[in-house]
Order: sequence, then C-alpha cells, then structure tokens
Amino acid sequence: MNSLAPILPEILILTLGIIILILDPFLKTEDRRSLGWLTAGGLLLTVIVSLLIARPAEPVSVLGGMLRFDWLGFLFKMLFLVGAAVTALFLMDVEKLNRRGEAYVLLLASVLGMNLMASSANLVMLYLAIETTSIPLYVLAGFLRSDDKSTEAGFKYMLFGALTSAVMLFGFSLLFGFTNTTDIYALSSLPKSLFLGVVFLLIVGLGFKVSIVPFHFWAPDVYEGAPTPVTGFLSTVSKAAGFSVVLRLFMVAFRFEAADWSIIFAVLSAVTMTLGNLLAIGQKNIKRMLAYSSIAHAGYAMIGVAAIYMSDAALSPLGVTSVIFYLIAYIITNLLAFGIVMAFFRVSGSDEIPAYNGLSRRHPWLAFAMLIAFLSLAGMPPFGGFIAKILVFAAAIKVNLTWLAVIGILNSSIGLYYYLIVLKHVYLNRDEATENLPLLITRPYAIALMVLVIGVILIGTLFAPWFNLAGTGALNLF
Amino acid sequence: MEFIFTHLLSLILFIPALTGLVIVFLPKDQIKLIRWTALLASLIPFAFSIVLWINFQPDVNGYQFVEKYSWYAAIGSSLHLGVDGLSLTMVLLTTLLTPLALLASFNISDRIKAYMMLFLFLETGMLGVFMAVDLLIFFVFWEIGLVPMYFLINQWGSANRNYASLKFMIYTMGGSLGLLLAIQLLGVLFGTFDLVVVTEKWNSASGLLLGFPIETVKAVIFWAFVVAFAIKVPVWPFHTWLPDAHTEAPTAGSMILAGVLLKLGAYGFLRLVLPLYPVQAEHYAGALAFLATAAIVFGAFAAYGQTDFKRLVAYSSVNHMGFVLLGIAAAAKAAGTLDATIALNGAVLQMFNHGLSAAGMFFLVGVIYERTHTRNLNDFGGLFPLVPVYGGILIFTSMASLGMPGLNGFISEFLVVRGSWPILTVYTAIAMLGLLFTGAYVLKGIKNVLHGPLNEQWAHGEHKLTEINTREIMVMVPLMALILIIGIWPAWILDVINKAMMALF
Amino acid sequence: MNFPVLSIVVFTPMVAAVLILLMPANKRNETRSLALAAATIALILSAWVYIQYLVNGMTGYQFVEEYTWLPALGMNLIFGVDGMSAPLVLLTGIVMFTGVCISWGIDDAHAPTGIQDRPREFFAFLFILASGVFGVFASLDLFMLFFFYEIAVFPMYLLIAIWGWVKTREYAAMKLTLYLFIGSVVALVGALALYYQAGFNSFDMRLLETANFSEAFQVKWFLPVFFGFAVLGGIWPFHNWSPDGHVAAPTAVSMFHAGVLMKLGAFAALRVGVMLLPQGAQHWSWLIMTCAGIAVVYGAFIAFVQPDLKYIIGFSSVSHMGLVMLGISTLNRNGLMGAGVQMFSHGVMTALFFAVVGMIYDRSHTRQIPELGGMIKPLPWAGIGFIIGGLVSMGMPGFSGFVAEFPIFMGVWGRQWLVAVIAAISIVITAAYIMLAIRKVFFAEMPANLEGHISPLTFLDKVAIGLLCSLMIGIGLFPSLMVPMVQTGVDNILRLLGGV
Repeated sequence: MNSLAPILPEILILTLGIIILILDPFLKTEDRRSLGWLTAGGLLLTVIVSLLIARPAEPVSVLGGMLRFDWLGFLFKMLFLVGAAVTALFLMDVEKLNRRGEAYVLLLASVLGMNLMASSANLVMLYLAIETTSIPLYVLAGFLRSDDKSTEAGFKYMLFGALTSAVMLFGFSLLFGFTNTTDIYALSSLPKSLFLGVVFLLIVGLGFKVSIVPFHFWAPDVYEGAPTPVTGFLSTVSKAAGFSVVLRLFMVAFRFEAADWSIIFAVLSAVTMTLGNLLAIGQKNIKRMLAYSSIAHAGYAMIGVAAIYMSDAALSPLGVTSVIFYLIAYIITNLLAFGIVMAFFRVSGSDEIPAYNGLSRRHPWLAFAMLIAFLSLAGMPPFGGFIAKILVFAAAIKVNLTWLAVIGILNSSIGLYYYLIVLKHVYLNRDEATENLPLLITRPYAIALMVLVIGVILIGTLFAPWFNLAGTGALNLF
Repeated sequence: MEFIFTHLLSLILFIPALTGLVIVFLPKDQIKLIRWTALLASLIPFAFSIVLWINFQPDVNGYQFVEKYSWYAAIGSSLHLGVDGLSLTMVLLTTLLTPLALLASFNISDRIKAYMMLFLFLETGMLGVFMAVDLLIFFVFWEIGLVPMYFLINQWGSANRNYASLKFMIYTMGGSLGLLLAIQLLGVLFGTFDLVVVTEKWNSASGLLLGFPIETVKAVIFWAFVVAFAIKVPVWPFHTWLPDAHTEAPTAGSMILAGVLLKLGAYGFLRLVLPLYPVQAEHYAGALAFLATAAIVFGAFAAYGQTDFKRLVAYSSVNHMGFVLLGIAAAAKAAGTLDATIALNGAVLQMFNHGLSAAGMFFLVGVIYERTHTRNLNDFGGLFPLVPVYGGILIFTSMASLGMPGLNGFISEFLVVRGSWPILTVYTAIAMLGLLFTGAYVLKGIKNVLHGPLNEQWAHGEHKLTEINTREIMVMVPLMALILIIGIWPAWILDVINKAMMALF
Repeated sequence: MNFPVLSIVVFTPMVAAVLILLMPANKRNETRSLALAAATIALILSAWVYIQYLVNGMTGYQFVEEYTWLPALGMNLIFGVDGMSAPLVLLTGIVMFTGVCISWGIDDAHAPTGIQDRPREFFAFLFILASGVFGVFASLDLFMLFFFYEIAVFPMYLLIAIWGWVKTREYAAMKLTLYLFIGSVVALVGALALYYQAGFNSFDMRLLETANFSEAFQVKWFLPVFFGFAVLGGIWPFHNWSPDGHVAAPTAVSMFHAGVLMKLGAFAALRVGVMLLPQGAQHWSWLIMTCAGIAVVYGAFIAFVQPDLKYIIGFSSVSHMGLVMLGISTLNRNGLMGAGVQMFSHGVMTALFFAVVGMIYDRSHTRQIPELGGMIKPLPWAGIGFIIGGLVSMGMPGFSGFVAEFPIFMGVWGRQWLVAVIAAISIVITAAYIMLAIRKVFFAEMPANLEGHISPLTFLDKVAIGLLCSLMIGIGLFPSLMVPMVQTGVDNILRLLGGV
C-alpha cells in the first residue's frame, strides 16, 4: 500500500471516473443528474481518505522519479479536489451538461491531470499531465454545441492551448538537450543566454495556463463563452495548477537563476495586474469582467513568485507561502463568484451587469453572498482576499520589491472601483419588474455556495491553519 | 454661616447661573412665578455683596475673600477668585443693577423663561470677570457674557436688531481674540495663568520665547490687551458698535450693557494694562488722552444731534466713558503722583456713577417708549403736565448725567478734571468743551420731551399717556437714592476706591 | 479586570449585525429594538472602560488581552487602551448609540423620518462599521489595527450609496471609498516596511515602539504612513472626499463619519506615524502644520459661503479636524493634549450637528438656508442643541470646545506663532457662519410652505440631543474629567519623542 500512497488520490479519481462511465448508460436520462452528487461525493471521499492514510512525510521521488511525493503537491491536490467537487455541484444545473455523464468524467480526467501536474518531477510526466488537464477542458469549454459562443470558446481555447503547449514542449526539449536529463530534480544550471531563451519558451506555455499578460488573450472570450461552472473551474483550479508547476519548476530546476527569473516575473506581474484591472473597468458582461479580474489576480499571485528571491544567499519562503495562500483564498472566492453568476443566470438568463439591478431586494442572501465574494476579490477584511493580498505585499516588501507592492496596491484600488460598481447595481439600483419575483436556488447550489461563503470568511479570520499548511508546503521547496 | 463667609464670592458668582438653571424647569405659563423667582434670586447676590462691602477692609492691600479651586490644572489655570477695592465696587454695581434690570423687565411678555435665564447667565459672566484672579477665568467669563447679550438683543430687541446684534458680536469677538492671544502668550510665558503669580514674576521674566525677546512678547500682549479693552469701553474710534447695540437692545438689556458691560473694558485697563505696563502706558498716555477727549467731545456733539432719544443716551455713554478714560490716561502718564491718584479715583467713581445714571436714563427712555412706541424726540413735547412724576424723575436723572453739583456725576467728573488738569492740561481743556455740550444735549433731551407746547396726540384718546407706575418707580428709587447719597456724601465709596488705587499704583 | 471587556466591546456590534441580518425583513420594530439594545450595551461597556481607566490610576495600557492569531508572522489579537484611546472608545459608543436613536424615526406614512427603507441591512452595515472602529481604537497590534481599519471602509460605501441623498450619493460614496482605500493601503505599505525593518517578527506596537529605526528610514517612511492614515482624518489636500461624503450620507452615517471615522484617521496617524516614527515626525512636522493650518482656515472660509446647511457642517468638520492635526503637528504637550480632547469634543459636537440637520431635513425636505426658518418653535430641543453645538464650535468657554482649542493654540504658539495667528482668524469666521446659520434657520420667520409640516421630535431624538449636550457642557465645566486621562497618553508620546 505504501508504494501506492503517493498516487492514491489519482487511483481513486480514476476509479470514480470508471464507475460513472459504467453507470451512465444504465440510468434514465432524468436521473443522470445525480451523477453530479456522485462525483462531488466521490471527490470529497477521496480527500478524506487521502488525508487519513496517504499523507506525505519526507519529500521523496517516487515511481521512477516521475512524481515527487511531498506536502506541496499533496496540498495542491487536495485543493484541486475540493474545487472540482464544488464545480461538479455547479455542473448539476447546467441544462445541456448535467445529464451527460461524459461531462463529469471529463471533469475528473482534468482533475487527474492537474494532480499529476502538481506532483510532477519529470519533464515528460509534466507535459503529459498538462495535456491530460487541458484536452478535457477544451471539450468542456465547447460542450454546448448549439451555443455559438461556447463552440467559439472551445475552439479558441484548443488552438491557443495547442500552440502554447507546443512552444513549451520545445522548451522542454531544449532543456533535455542541454542537460541530458528530464528529471526536474536533477537539472543542472544552464549558461545564462540559453537560460533566458528556454525560460521564455516555458513561460509561453505556463503563462497561457495561468493567463498572464501577454498570454491572456484567450481568457475573456473563453470565459465568456464556456458554461459558467467550467469557467469557474478554469479560472481557479486550472490556474492554481499552472502556478504549482511554476513554483516547482523554477524553484527546483532554476534555483540558481532566481535573481533573473524573479525580475521577469515581477515585470510580468506588474503588467498583468495593471492591464487586467484596466480592461475590467468598462465591461458590461459580468463573466468578461470576472475574466479580466482573474487575469489581474494571476498578477497579484505572481507578486509572490517574484518575491522569492531575496539575495543570492537566501530565498524567502514567505514568497512561496504567500502564493499558495493566495491561491487557496482565490479559488474559494472566485468559485463563489462564478457560482453566484451561474445561479442568477439560471433564473434571469442574462449575464449583463445591469441585469443584477435590485438583486438585494429579490434575494437578500444571494446578494449578500455576492457582496462577500466581491469584497474578498477586492481584498477587504474580514475575507480571505484581504489576508492573501497582505501576504503577497508583505512578501514583496520583505525582499525590497516595494515598487511592486506599490503597483499592487494601486491596482487594488482600481479593482475596488469596478467591484463596487457591480455591488452598486445589486444593492442600490432597483428593477421594479423583477424585484418581487422569486429566485430559486437549487439544493446543490445552496450547499456549494454556503460552504464557499463560510470558507471565504474562515480564511479571512482564522487564517493561521491555512497559513501554516501553505508554509509547510513551501518549505518542501527549500 | 461659616460656609457662607468662606465661600462668599463663589456664592455671589454662581447663584445667578444656578437660578437660571432652576428657571429652565419652571412651567412656562407660570409667568409670575418665573419673574419673581428671578428677581428674588437676584437679590441674594446683592445682599451678599452688601455683606461683602461691610466686611471688606479697605486698609489691607491685596485681594480679600480669596477662594481657589483646581480647575484646568493641566495648563496651569485654577478657579481663583478675589476682590479688592476696585473689583468690589464693580461687583456691587453689578449685583445692584441686575435686580433693577429684572424688575424693569417685568413688562416683557414674550418667552419670559428664556429671557430671564439669559439675563441671569449674563450676570454670572460679568461678575466672574470682576472677581477673577486667574487670567483664563477672566477670559472664560468675559466670553460667557457675550452670548446672552447677543441673544437678548437679537430676540427681544427692536427693528434693526439683527444688524445690531451681529455687529456687537463680531466686534466684541474680534476684541476677544486679542484677549485670547494675549492670555495664551502669558500662559506660555509664565506657565500659569494666576494673576498674582504673573504679577510677581512679571519683571523677572527674561530670555527668549518663540525666538523673540521677552520685551517683544510683552509688547504684543500689551497691544492685544489694549485693542480688546478699547473695543469694550469703547474707545473712539472703536465705538461704532455701541450706538446700534444700545439702541436696539431691549430696555433692561441697554441698562446692563451701558451700566456694567462697558465697565468691563475700563476694568481691564485698570487691572491688567496699567499695573503690568507702567512704562508703555506712560508712553502712550498722550494718545489715549487724545482718544478720550475725542470721545468726550464727539460723543457730546453726536448726542446733541440725535433725534432718537435712546440713541442720544447711547452717545452720552460714549461721552461719559470718555471721562473714565481721561482719568486712566492721566494716571498712566504720571503714575504715583497725587494728581494721578485723584484722577483715578474720579475714573473709578465715574464708572460706578455712570452705571447708575446710564441705567436710569435708559430705563426712563424705555418707560416712555412703552407708552408711546416712538423714541423720536420730535414726536414728544410738553409732556410735563401729563406725567409730572415721570418728568421729575427724568429731570433728576438727567441732572446726574449732566454733572450737577449735589449729585454723583459732579463728584466723579470733578475729580477727573482736577486730577488730569496738571497732567494733561490741553486735553482737559478741550474736554471742558465736551462738558459744555453735555449740558446742551441733556437739556435738549429734557426740553424736547417735557417742555414746550404740548403734543396733543398724547393728551387724549387711545394714546393718552399714563403716569409712571409703582413698579417703575421702584426701579428708579434705589438709583436715585444712591445718586443723591454719593453726590452729597461720597466718602463711603471713595474711601474704598482711594485706598485701592493707592495700593495698586 | 479579568473580564475581557475590550474584545466584547469590539465584537458586540459585529455579532449584533449578524443577528440583525437573521431577522425577517418585515419585523421592523423588532429589528430596530435589537439594534438599540446592542448600541446600549456597547455604550455601557465603553463608558465602563472609560470610567475604570479614569479611576484606576490612568497609567499605561490597560484592559490588555492577547490572543494568538498567526504566530509565524507575529500577528496577534492584542487589545488595550491608553489615555488617548479610552476617550475615543467612549466616543464611538456614544455616537453609535445616538446614531441608532436618530435613525429610529417616525413611521408616519405622510411624513416619515429616520431610516425607512430596509432598516435591517442599514443597521447591520452600521454595526459592522462600528466594530471596525472599536477595533482600531482598542488594538495594540499593527496588523490588527489594519484589519479593523479596512473593515471600517467598505460599509461606508454601501451605507452612503444605498441610503444617502439621491443627488450625489453614488459619486460621493465611490469617491470616499476610493480615497480612503488608497490612503489606507499606502499606509499599509509603510507599516509593512516598518515591520520588516524592526526585525522583531512581531506586529505588537508596544514592541515596535522600542524599535529605534534609523533616522533615514524614519524620514523616508513617515510621510506615506502619516498621510496615508491622515487622509481619513481629512487633512488638506486630501480632504476632498469629506464634504461630499458627509452631505450625501444619511444622518446616522454622517454622525459616524464625521464624529468617529475622521478621528480614526487622526488617531492611527498618531499611533503609527508619530509614536513609531518619532524622528520622522519631528522632521516633517512643519509640513503637517502647514497643511493643517490651511485646512483650518480654508474649511472655515468655504463653510461661510455655503447655502446648504449640511455642507456648512461638512466644511466646518474639515476645519476642526485641521485643528486636531495642528495640535498633533506641534509635538508638544499642550498641542497633543488639545488634539486628544478636540477629537472627543468635535466628535460629540459634529454628531449633534448632523443629528439636528437630519431632523430638520427629514421634516422640511430642504437643507438650503434661504428656504428654512423659524425652526425653534416646532423643534426647540433641536434649536438649543444646535446653539450649544455652535458655541462649542466657536470655542466658547464653558464648553468642551474651549477646553480643547485653548491648549492647541498654546501649543502652536510654542512652535510657530504665525500659524497660531492665522488659525485664530478662523474662530471669528466660525462664529460668523454659525451665528448667521442659527439666526436664519431657527429664529427667522418660517416660510409658508413649511408651516404645519414640521412634526415634533421623538423621545429618542431628545435622548440623543440631551446626551450629547450634557457631554459637551460637562467636559467644558469640568475639564478634569477628561484632560488628565489624555495627558497620560500624551506623556507616553512625549516620552517616545523625547527619547529621540
């Protein structure tokens, strides 16, 4: 059993996927919706079982050096599983998706790939994992065949993804060529000029995954077109997976070039934050706005990556810890935001921001959840986003990247502006036509939203446990 | 009994304010109750100040009946009260005039509660200034006296009251600002506001304050004081608020305004400017005398030219206060000499006397106004046969104002002139011109009102003039009695004043 | 003192907010009663803290409670008050209580007053705001201070945007929120720099006071930290959010805003800027004094020309907060002490002003002075209250304004006489606009269209006015009730300044 412990979660996910595939034809069409419950429940069970019997001890490379079994990977895996569980619950109410078992299986496949991404210790494994993650997502994004936007989203995503993966693969091959090994933990340092070239190629691929500028062009259209729960999944869990790769790859393989790549990431972060926030201001469609906001948030998290390098002798663990914490807070918050958008869309059929007028009178609790989500995105206490931002700014100041922190805070202000505009529509504006109509939220949604709300508040107030977890994970890279 | 004696000053000071608070809780339709509560309560401080007077020892230097309570220790200020001859005279004046003014206000029928309350708070304010031996307390009570007066003029005054009250407020606040500045500087300089300590340490203060030499700081304080008090007295040309304020105020308000509030300014000169700045005072005494004389002469001329009876009396205040200032100027110029002392005696006595006669005059104007609803001298004429008692009282009080020998005005004006003559000859000579015109305007006033052909409209019908009634006579009797007594036998008050002046200067 | 009173004071409003949100939307009276009960509890507790501090020797930080939060970074929940913050805790309790009283209003369909639309959400957001404010005043941990400081920002947006004056509420709310947010995050960057430079791995401010930063560091970081916080204090030239914010906000929020929130900024600027970076403070005090002096005079002049009564009060707040900043900039005993008392005195006074303006507006639906008049007859309590407030604002002796302003001026004299003279001019201007406003609004003749439409004040309105007036008179007559306490706080600051 011990040798399987590192991949226990993956085995369980695979099993779950197979079960669903088998069950699918036997269920009547109306009942297939309950596959969602199965998915979510199964994922949660996976989490619990893994926590009980498959916790890592000392970091160790397993399966022939393909995977690294450590807290960092484990933490990310659990995060992905929770995110996927919530997404599965959300999927249950997308009309064209919820009765198709394949949707849930695709979700599970993608999560499987992400888990492997988080714990990859080998370039080949990494590439495989990235593809395993992405291809199901291309399909999921374009799942609604009758909806032009969805098809466009899927197609665009696939094209961009394929292109950037190829570039990244080229980078991997160069790496192999110069160091003669694909083991991330055995890569030695490269000459400077080569290093920059290789890093550029890698950043193309990883930047696409994480949607930082200038590899973000796909995000607004894909987010807008894809079914909303998929958007939620893409914008949170998928991004986090990308970050997990960035952390592991750069901290392990390119440790000695930290001075160089931290500047690169710092600049990328600054540009991403600024562009993301500025472009979000004029948006009328809430999914597009959230797309740009997600881009900006990738920028904020990137600050933490840039804040790893302190001096040639010392790398700051706070940098890594802050990234992980940021991702935890961000996943919970953004899922909440998209979940609310989904719930509202089901009833109103619109994703335009003015359609939210008077929501606070129509359904005070949903409005309140939206308040919490958006304030957390803006970085307000007592919500998780606040602590997350403080940590990345603290990490930046600690390594004398004060300029980056200043850009960060200025961007936070811009962010506050457009988040408040949405809240204004919700709380201030009125819409006599719809105000008194009921707004039904289905059971899976209610549960998911409630869990997420509690999570956001918890991460914002009693944040020590999460910080310590993130810290433990971070230390694995040192 | 013992308690009363050891807390005499604070009792006198706070009983009016406390009564004011009590009045808040009286039902507003019980008019008689409110009026009589206020009146009787205001007689208590008067009784106490008589006790004060009797037990005061003129021969002893310094402050008596001293009380000191900790108040704002953080900046070095305490509630430090005390009286000497100078302040005792003023306290007596205040506690005497207030009940009379309240009695005069019995004809006010609109919002009586508020009126009485404001009046009583005003009394506390004025008494506080006179009793203060701590500069911050001085300032606090100075300011406290402002607001009730503003409201009294603004709410119960006559036609032009908005303008007059605002002008009064702004002018006086401007002056207060100077006072505030000066007192703050003093506080910073000496670390305490206690007047006794400040006086002791005055000459030994040295070095730099805020980068300026002490002498400069002291000079700034001097001018700040001068401006503040000059506005209050008022010294010409800062007097322009006075005619409007006095004219528009309700009768009792004018009585107190002219009777007591103007004396605050003169008191300030005597208490703070002269003792602390003998050199500067001497240096500028000539200018002060010039202004005093201007006040006397121009005040008299202006009074002569008035057609409004009340405005005439208002200008007469300018005129009479000019004499006070002349005496102060003389004393500044030649401090310590016998002439100076005489002039000072005259000045202080004039303060007291003018208080009596001005209050009386304003009240009498109010009496006639209430019946005729006009103050225009041309509207009257030949009223003597209609209201002989009123006429007699008016003539008596006017003579006091004029300075007829046998009445109080003569004594004080004589002393001022006698004292100033050797010191400021030219100015005194010019002041005599003013004295001449004083007679002129007083007589003009009497003539237009009482003598000459009878103005028929007051003789018959609905406007028939009624005689002065018992209440109004009661208001005038104490004033007239004092006017006469001081005129014939001034020693009882002059002795106190004299000893105080000699001790101070 | 084992009773954790400070944490209860801080969290009671938050808990009450949650409870209020759980009330059904149509149970308005129950909601309001719950709000009033919570506010009363907060008031009693904060008064208890104040009195206990007063009688227990008034030294150092008392009621200290420590709870671990994130030991890895040295962030902890540390509660405590000293001589400067105890009066402010009391002030918050008072303003919260009176704010709830004022918002109760009359439920008459024809002439409603108070908060009529969704009182549940209103009180919930108001209480979250109150918790934030209490938290800042009671915190001795820098991170905790920030946490609660930010909590106090976002409810303002909602409160103003939803329940404010229709004409300008959206604009004013957004402007206010962005200004305050930017100010606070600028200060955040400074605070983090402080934390790392000190090297204690702790945000405990008592520890950071001993940090001994280099002069260069202090000079560099003092301005972002001080001005970042002082934006909320309305310091010129970052005051622009304040008048619009005050006017657009509903009454109770204006009371909170001007009465307490602006003190938050000044207090944080003092606590973090001056106390932790004393050398920086001394280096830059001339700049603060200049800006504050400008605020004092500018605010008064602008107030003078306003036709809208609420804008007059708004600009008057800019002027009076300028006095607080002026006092702080002197860095001497008198100035700091005056600033401390002025924070309390102005807080009470401006709460009273806004309460009265709100009462008048609810009934007459106009705030333009030319359209008002004769209010003293139907609303005598409001009139007397406004007059007393006016006297306090002029610095009239006998009231708390004098007790506060006098030492400030003395302190300024000690540093820069020219500024004292210029600032003193504002007193006359203040007197002028206040007296003119009082005369026209209360004593002039009532316009015909208002006759008979002015309903009397409710019992709670009178309670609020009475409480606020008696505080101003009480401190004015008996300064020893507050001044010695503030002085102990000031002594601590002076010790930190002098140790330089």
